[in-house]
Amino acid sequence: MPWINKSVYELKNALEKKEVTAVELSQSLLSHAKKHNKKINAIISFNPKLLDEAKDSDQRRATNTLKGELDGIPIVVKDMFCTKGLKTTAASKMLENFIPPYSSTVVKNLQNAGALLLGKANQDEFAMGGTNEYSYFGNCLNPWNTDYVAGGSSGGSAASVAGGFAPLALGTDTGGSVREPAHFCGVVGLKPTYGRLSRYGVISFASSLDQPGIMGKQVKDVALALQVSSSYDPKDATSANCEVPHFSKNITSNIKEKKIGLLLPENGVDKNIVEKFNAVKEILKEQGCKIVPVSFSYLSSVACVYHIIASSEASSNLARYDGVRYGYSADFSKKPAENLMDFYATSRAEAFGEEVKRRILLGTYVLSSGYYDAYYKKACQLRYLIAQEFKKILQSVDCILSPVSGGVALKVGANKDNLSKNYDHDWLTVGANLAGLPALSVPAGFSDKGLPIGLQLLSSHFQEQTILDVALNIEENLQTYKKKNSFCS
Amino acid sequence: MAVQDWQVVIGLEIHAQLSSKTKMFSSDSTEFGQEVNKNTSPTSLGLPGALPTINKKAVELGVKMGLALNCDIRKNFSFSRKNYFYPDLPKAYQISQHQDPVCEKGYLEIFFNGEFKKIAIERAHLEEDAGKSLHKEGATLVDFNRSGVPLLEIVSEAVLTSPKEAAEYSRQMRQLLLYTQVCDGNLQEGSMRCDCNISLCKPGEPWGTKVEIKNINSFKFIEKALDYEIKRQAKVLESGEKTVQETRLYDVKNNVTVSMRAKEDAHDYRYFPDPDLLSVCLEETDIQSWKKDLPELPIPKMQRFIKDYQLKPEDAFAIAQNQNFANFFEKVATQSKNFKSSYNWMVGDVLKYMNEEKKELKNLNFSSSQLAQLISLIDQEVISGKIAKLVFADMMKTGKDPEAIVEEKSLKQITDEKAILHFIEDSLKNFDKQLQEYRSGQTKLFGFFVGTTMKASEGKINPALLNKLLKQYLDK
Repeated sequence: MPWINKSVYELKNALEKKEVTAVELSQSLLSHAKKHNKKINAIISFNPKLLDEAKDSDQRRATNTLKGELDGIPIVVKDMFCTKGLKTTAASKMLENFIPPYSSTVVKNLQNAGALLLGKANQDEFAMGGTNEYSYFGNCLNPWNTDYVAGGSSGGSAASVAGGFAPLALGTDTGGSVREPAHFCGVVGLKPTYGRLSRYGVISFASSLDQPGIMGKQVKDVALALQVSSSYDPKDATSANCEVPHFSKNITSNIKEKKIGLLLPENGVDKNIVEKFNAVKEILKEQGCKIVPVSFSYLSSVACVYHIIASSEASSNLARYDGVRYGYSADFSKKPAENLMDFYATSRAEAFGEEVKRRILLGTYVLSSGYYDAYYKKACQLRYLIAQEFKKILQSVDCILSPVSGGVALKVGANKDNLSKNYDHDWLTVGANLAGLPALSVPAGFSDKGLPIGLQLLSSHFQEQTILDVALNIEENLQTYKKKNSFCS
Repeated sequence: MAVQDWQVVIGLEIHAQLSSKTKMFSSDSTEFGQEVNKNTSPTSLGLPGALPTINKKAVELGVKMGLALNCDIRKNFSFSRKNYFYPDLPKAYQISQHQDPVCEKGYLEIFFNGEFKKIAIERAHLEEDAGKSLHKEGATLVDFNRSGVPLLEIVSEAVLTSPKEAAEYSRQMRQLLLYTQVCDGNLQEGSMRCDCNISLCKPGEPWGTKVEIKNINSFKFIEKALDYEIKRQAKVLESGEKTVQETRLYDVKNNVTVSMRAKEDAHDYRYFPDPDLLSVCLEETDIQSWKKDLPELPIPKMQRFIKDYQLKPEDAFAIAQNQNFANFFEKVATQSKNFKSSYNWMVGDVLKYMNEEKKELKNLNFSSSQLAQLISLIDQEVISGKIAKLVFADMMKTGKDPEAIVEEKSLKQITDEKAILHFIEDSLKNFDKQLQEYRSGQTKLFGFFVGTTMKASEGKINPALLNKLLKQYLDK
């Protein structure tokens, strides 16, 4: 399997030099993915048209009419992105058989650049979770050690890249759902600035926090994919109407004079991670960066703020799944529904998983009359203060380096019944979503047990270039991507 | 206590469909009468991942109506979600406005019972319409063509004091919507729907619980539904009971209102700002230019007509009801300089012809200047009023200039005294007997002689001159 470890740029090169055709490449990745998917369950559905699309790509290459930068490159897409004619489930029984009549803008942008859709990735149901254990289609496991979770909610996307199914994957990040599984699986995971990538056609979890994200083996691949995916989309009212920088051309590992703020909480961070954090700090110093410690006063409350806002929006966003027009509809053939409410409640009760129900209930509660001011409104006020605090810190530094999470990948089932642990574990990632800032997880090595460790880089609005550059420098110095797991060797 | 001893207070919520070609939050067409579910897209069907975007034209129309209603316009406003489950509500929430409506604190000036009265407007906000459920053979089907159609909800203060006044308020609201071209006012197509809130009390006592009557689409029914509701509530209160807060529907067939749901199962709509949309920031320059765009509105126009064309208030009001009609009248009046006659022709013959032929002003065969010409011909005594009717009938058919018609059909009045005398002698020579009778005192035969002579001239003799000369001739 010569192609499963290659970066996007290596594959582009091989295609250009005719070392491989798009059909051969797709076939090789597809058979690898199908074989290993039984072990890690990273893909919910494979694209049955992949090889036809690869053939078209070869045709274009032969006639010199390539579509764009990613022509012939297979990618994996989280099952939150609508893909026209291909099942899109959000990993829920509710949408088990939903086939969208349209594609999301980001998927279109990638396909317009010639990317080939290999399959739809597993995830936590409706992106609610951090371990990919809340999927209707079963757990997604970590390719580095299948006793451990891949992380979530974009577990399938991270595991696909780490397991060599595809060099690139799309995820979504509402509170860390791209960065945390990237950290667990040892891949690069970028959550761009809110508004950089269109949300149109991406199944909504929490609209003001959701942002499509990009996962890849290497930083330059992610930079290229970001550039291709970004566009102002008039169909998304929150899409940013601004120039897309030439990320892939401008990327450089020269980060001399960059000011880096170090955010390392005193407690709650695994010593393996602290070790890697300090190692990276030293590298950055050597590279001529200015290093300053920073502190963030809202670290203890970000998770609460996040869960109140995310659940509120989710309770409303998921109300459309009522069994009337599409999706799961309860069977009333034996006993007719008592009334309309019975019809809705039964369909929803049978089709939503426990975590989704929990968040819908929570969100409904905090928005309801009498509680709105105490919860939702308070959370919005705090959210504003959190954004202000980031703004203040980022006026004095170019980016912030922090852990992605307090720990490395969890054992399957470890937190299953510990809700508060589950809900607190996003404390280092949700800030970027609340403030709409770009943040990225870059591989920084492995724990004593051989589980990947990523570190988080965060910067000001639309400053993805800064964190890509710093991440590239760290990647070049550590070369973590050269270490292979059993799937890829 | 009789019904008239109760005090009544009524507040109206009018939902006006904004005349934008596309929906409030998507680019689907709003065209009426399309095939079921044709005007839909992922957004108006509430498909997973579909998002709303704001229709700028609808915002402009909403603001224009707000300006016409003398409202304060909020420069920064947001959209909120109103959450509730219903089969015709595809997202299970309606995008509406809650805390910060775009228009607030205005009034509609109405002319009612010969007086001007300002009806306070609490707010007017933008929102989207729901779909439509159709019940067929035991199944419920939903047509989403209307889902997402842009609406302006205009909420009056509870200041209307009678069903008649409420109906008149909505009638004049419709005129304003038509004038500003914010809404086509088509009641049959549901472009304007009305919810009425009403409560009663005895003078000096606190108001009773308010009852809402939902979704009435005709002015006559607003009045009838409220009339019925007053009788019903009075009866309840007379018997010492209390009215319950509820939503009722008006049953047109039986002319009664029936309870739809009690407020006990009132919704908690859990309003919150729609995170899919950014709040709207209006530019002062835009607001000013929209304000400049507004035409002269019905009441100011009516007041000007009273002053400029010496019309009675009721007449001026009747003319100003319809913008095109008023403009047509004004052209005729300024060109003919005969205001009274212009008014009479417009509300008489022109209106009759339009109604009979089901014609609109823009499809008339003749122009305002041709009608003015016809009026001038009468005023200059070129033709008589009677002949004018003939000329008008010809104008309606052919669109020819009245002068040309008069020329062609030689319809000019005969004013030459010699010629008239000649007609008189000629017509009366076969009526010796009648002449005898007349001269022996049967003076009521005078009319008969006028008729006979007129007939001989095909009605062309100047009537005043004929009278004078005939009298002279008979009394010789």
